[in-house]
Amino acid sequence: MPNNVAVNGEQIAEQLKQAMQQRILILDGAMGTMIQKHKLEEEDYRGERFKDWHVLIKGNNDLLSLTQPEIIKQIHRDYLAAGADIIETNTFNATTISMEDYDMASLSREINLESAKLARAVCDEFTAKDPSKPRYVAGVLGPTSKTCSISPDVNDPGFRNITFDKLVAAYVESTLALIEGGAHLILIETIFDTLNAKAASYGVEEAFEQAGVTLPVMISGTITDASGRTLSGQTTEAFYNSIRHIKPISIGLNCALGPDLLRQYVEELSRVCETFTSVHPNAGLPNEFGEYDLEADDMAKEIIDWGNEGFINIVGGCCGTTPEHIRAFARGLARTQPRSLPDIEVRMRLAGLEACNLN
Amino acid sequence: MTQTAVFTNVGERTNVTGSAKFKRLILEEDYETALDVAREQVESGAQVIDINMDEAMLDSKAAMVKFLNLIASEPDISKVPIMVDSSKWEVIEAGLKCIQGKAIVNSISLKEGEAPFIHQAKIIKRFGAAVVVMAFDEVGQAETAERKFEICQRSYKILVDELGFPPEDIIFDPNIFAVATGIEEHDNYAVEFIEGTRRIKQNLPHCKVSGGVSNVSFSFRGNNPVREAIHSVFLYHAIKAGMDMGIVNAGQLAVYDDIPKELRDAVEDVILNTDAGAGERLVEIAPKYSGMAQAEKQEDLEWRSWPVEKRLEHALVKGITEFIDEDTEACRQQFDKPIQVIEGPLMDGMNVVGDLFGAGKMFLPQVVKSARVMKRAVAYLDPYIEAEKEEGSSNGKVIMATVKGDVHDIGKNIVGVVLQCNNYEVVDLGVMVPAEKILQTAIDENADVIGLSGLITPSLDEMVHVAKEMTRRGFDIPLLIGGATTSKAHTAVKIEPQYDKGVIYVNNASRAVGVVSSLLSKTQKPEFLAKTADEYVKVREQQARKKPRSKPVTLARARDNAVKLDWQSYTPPVPSKLGITEFKDVSIKTLRDYIDWTPFFMTWSLAGKYPRILQDEVVGEEAQKLFHDANAMLDQLEKEGTLQPLGVIGLFPANRVGDDIEIYTDESRSEVLVTSCQLRQQTEKADFPNYCLSDYVAPKGTPDYFGAFAVTGGLEEDDLADAFDAKQDDYNKIMIKAVADRLAEAFAEYLHEQVRKVHWGFAADEALSNEELIRENYQGIRPAPGYPACPEHTEKQKIWQLLDVENRIGMKLTSSYAMWPGAAVSGWYFSHPDSKYFAVASIQRDQVEDYAARQAMSLEEAERWLGPNLGYEPA
Repeated sequence: MPNNVAVNGEQIAEQLKQAMQQRILILDGAMGTMIQKHKLEEEDYRGERFKDWHVLIKGNNDLLSLTQPEIIKQIHRDYLAAGADIIETNTFNATTISMEDYDMASLSREINLESAKLARAVCDEFTAKDPSKPRYVAGVLGPTSKTCSISPDVNDPGFRNITFDKLVAAYVESTLALIEGGAHLILIETIFDTLNAKAASYGVEEAFEQAGVTLPVMISGTITDASGRTLSGQTTEAFYNSIRHIKPISIGLNCALGPDLLRQYVEELSRVCETFTSVHPNAGLPNEFGEYDLEADDMAKEIIDWGNEGFINIVGGCCGTTPEHIRAFARGLARTQPRSLPDIEVRMRLAGLEACNLN
Repeated sequence: MTQTAVFTNVGERTNVTGSAKFKRLILEEDYETALDVAREQVESGAQVIDINMDEAMLDSKAAMVKFLNLIASEPDISKVPIMVDSSKWEVIEAGLKCIQGKAIVNSISLKEGEAPFIHQAKIIKRFGAAVVVMAFDEVGQAETAERKFEICQRSYKILVDELGFPPEDIIFDPNIFAVATGIEEHDNYAVEFIEGTRRIKQNLPHCKVSGGVSNVSFSFRGNNPVREAIHSVFLYHAIKAGMDMGIVNAGQLAVYDDIPKELRDAVEDVILNTDAGAGERLVEIAPKYSGMAQAEKQEDLEWRSWPVEKRLEHALVKGITEFIDEDTEACRQQFDKPIQVIEGPLMDGMNVVGDLFGAGKMFLPQVVKSARVMKRAVAYLDPYIEAEKEEGSSNGKVIMATVKGDVHDIGKNIVGVVLQCNNYEVVDLGVMVPAEKILQTAIDENADVIGLSGLITPSLDEMVHVAKEMTRRGFDIPLLIGGATTSKAHTAVKIEPQYDKGVIYVNNASRAVGVVSSLLSKTQKPEFLAKTADEYVKVREQQARKKPRSKPVTLARARDNAVKLDWQSYTPPVPSKLGITEFKDVSIKTLRDYIDWTPFFMTWSLAGKYPRILQDEVVGEEAQKLFHDANAMLDQLEKEGTLQPLGVIGLFPANRVGDDIEIYTDESRSEVLVTSCQLRQQTEKADFPNYCLSDYVAPKGTPDYFGAFAVTGGLEEDDLADAFDAKQDDYNKIMIKAVADRLAEAFAEYLHEQVRKVHWGFAADEALSNEELIRENYQGIRPAPGYPACPEHTEKQKIWQLLDVENRIGMKLTSSYAMWPGAAVSGWYFSHPDSKYFAVASIQRDQVEDYAARQAMSLEEAERWLGPNLGYEPA
């Protein structure tokens, strides 16, 4: 690992915890939405290196870290300039499993490594300019395109198209590359199947052990619709009980819903969660053209209210959000007191789809 | 919704070691109904469900994964947390990989030392599961509070201090043992648990304490009110001391305040072990509170002073033959005619037995003993009846037979005895009886009912044949069908359509009496037959509608998905002794240690796993008596040398060729001695290969080996049984066969071990306990032709040929390829570490054609032998 990016995980964790007791930290917004604005075509995705690649690769946004690094760097820069404390690497689909869709599993490591490096480089620029506001790179592990606890075949509910072990192997590989590329923390996000997330965390611990480094971990689940459950059927608290053993620095919710629909689950999480909480909602629900049109100021109203209610420690945006949104959050929350950690009773907290807390 | 509970109840119906029903469902791969069991459990209030698949006949890991994956799709079940329960670590780990929620692992302990404990705990922590830790260390299970605390504290320190395991995720099980057993050392067990719990909870912050509550009251099994009181009082104190969760049957709990004061005080004294006389005091007052039991404990001969009719009844109910001749004689003198003794007091006594049996208050072994008493009494009266030339009046006459080609008769004998107890005259034609003889006897004896029995699958066809013959010859009496391979579905689909004067499937001995009495009652018979016929129409409709559980695939596709073993980096072990070895002097003494007793109790219709069945609250007492009698018989056989187990094994060079295994004369592998033909699973598989036994033998080019064996409990089995029969001793007639059967199985287990350790020698260092042998924790398998992995019976002929079985040890094959004597096992030996048992299940025409060609049979003949496996309607 090059020395200039070497990270002391314990130190980062300490800095983040102190900061989160002072103020609400700002996470960046959507990567995909920003890439869309560039209206890239197949040849832009391919660049020189993949001009002869045997499958279509338009839409493989993570690959842009290799073929269009300047675009990605600029997006990171825009978010940092808007006030983000933490930016997310362009690696949402960079595991071997998701890269399989483009027959690019073999590039997984390189994409994770390069994405982390370029995010880190931009971050370091901003930290150097204003050392009083250090910026952090969160290495992103997405959910992959497969689910470990749901059958893709309605006629055969016992069937699975991915195993826990294969997921773990994929996540180990991604995590090692993210660490090597200089990520300050690891963000397991958009969890719609908790078993996938368990595999991710299992892989992350494995990677930490192999690399001899332990970075802070952020976890963020996805409530898919108004039923208030993850895609795999868990309630917010059951989800929390199922992943808290990872001892993440923060647990949160993201994607799928806009802030209005997400509010009650954020509130519930805030009540049950012993550690810091994060939220990065979508800019509302998509309209009939698949676009998100909740404007920055309107979205910020709700977000700022969460801040005032003391629900959150970290906030950012998911699908449809832009540097405008992030700027509005950062301004609106600059002087808002962060959520203070509740005193949660030590209990055996089991879970199936529902939480089962024993006395 | 969030559940919050004070005392947490763990459901354990989804545990194959605890629930016979669940085990059957899983073995039959009826996962849909198995899911219902889980669902009902959650609906009836289980807050956590324990899932255990530890069963020797099962690929436990695959079953655990499959069941958990299915549960994940059932929100009604998966809403509660899961307890993954196994004694095999790999099963637990595989289970954890299928659970998205926060589960509990059951269990780990320091039994094997710290290294495996730490290894397992680390992995559990990484999965975020909670864990049950048994109070068990290298020395053994903790009995005293001191040891319980000491082991739990040591475990806690390793978990929390060394591994950073969250203390709130630890559950200790400090072992609940029975109290008031009459053994002084047991008196303090409840106190030790309660005190141990108190110390654990006081000193080990955040942990939980759990246990199996019903253990504590074992000595009062049969007396539920007292047991319930004991559970309540025990829990009252244990929960106060800090017990948090456990396996308790909610129906088995009394409300503490509702317990009568006298009983509660007595129970309190026992639980808290206030003084040495506490146990005895509770034993004394216990019968007062039991619903039915009287003071049975008096072992004295007070009953000898009762009137003679009462004495006969008592002797019949208790199965006491000691005084039967003198009591029968006394009774005979009171009546005008000897027949009146039978029709009066003896029948009255048997009616009591019948009622108790019907109400589930007596068990089969007891009834068989009662029958022995009855037969003795009748035999005593026979000469007097004969002298008066008077026929006894019976309820009716039943012809019973094990069909042609089959030698198994334990079940048939039991049904015969039960019918006799109910005053039916039974003409038992024995085993391997041709249809012609059965039907002629029925005509000659003017029988009212015919009953057929069989154990092996070809017997099913023979039963169909008997039914056809009955139609052809114009019979009009009902036909009963029973035996291990028979089923309601087979009876309805295959047999009943052949004979329209009544075909009834009788699934167990206790149902036989009800069926026969309905059939012989003029008033009930038409209605009963109509009802049964209706039922079978429905069964046939259901069968016709039944879609195959999994889609069939072509043989070619199944072969593409074969088990692919890496023969490049694996060298098959070379046997240290090739060729045939006879075993003619292995003693019963040696084999006793290898007996798997659980099936023995099943023979006697007692459900439960040995040794736990001996403590079972319902059948434990009878199981103990039966176990004692079986061992007494083994002692005697051992001493007198009247039964000599015999066996023969052979190991040969062999290679796989397609789905066949070629067995060669010698290492040159040029001359084929015998070719064993195997069958391949032919349903669509997503996560598993389409298994075929041949896959476990190396293809040509890699020298591999293969073995076969045949064993019997002893050729003298039938003679010994006949000798008991001559003495009207049905109990011992059944017992000798059941014991011989166990010896044959034990012999097979013993020989397999010898083969692994010595003759083949690939596991020279193996050191397994009998329990581990029963669980098959060893390398290699020994599948038997006629059983699921190789279901075709004619393959036994190849074993006979290969090992020259009949000449060497006298065992024979019948026309249906049943082995004689009945207590016999034969099979193949596979050495590959990955080899395992499976069920071939349903196969298709392309494979049957292929198989027929390989076996040089006609398609029709192959279809006949493979009948139960055909996944299509043969032409």
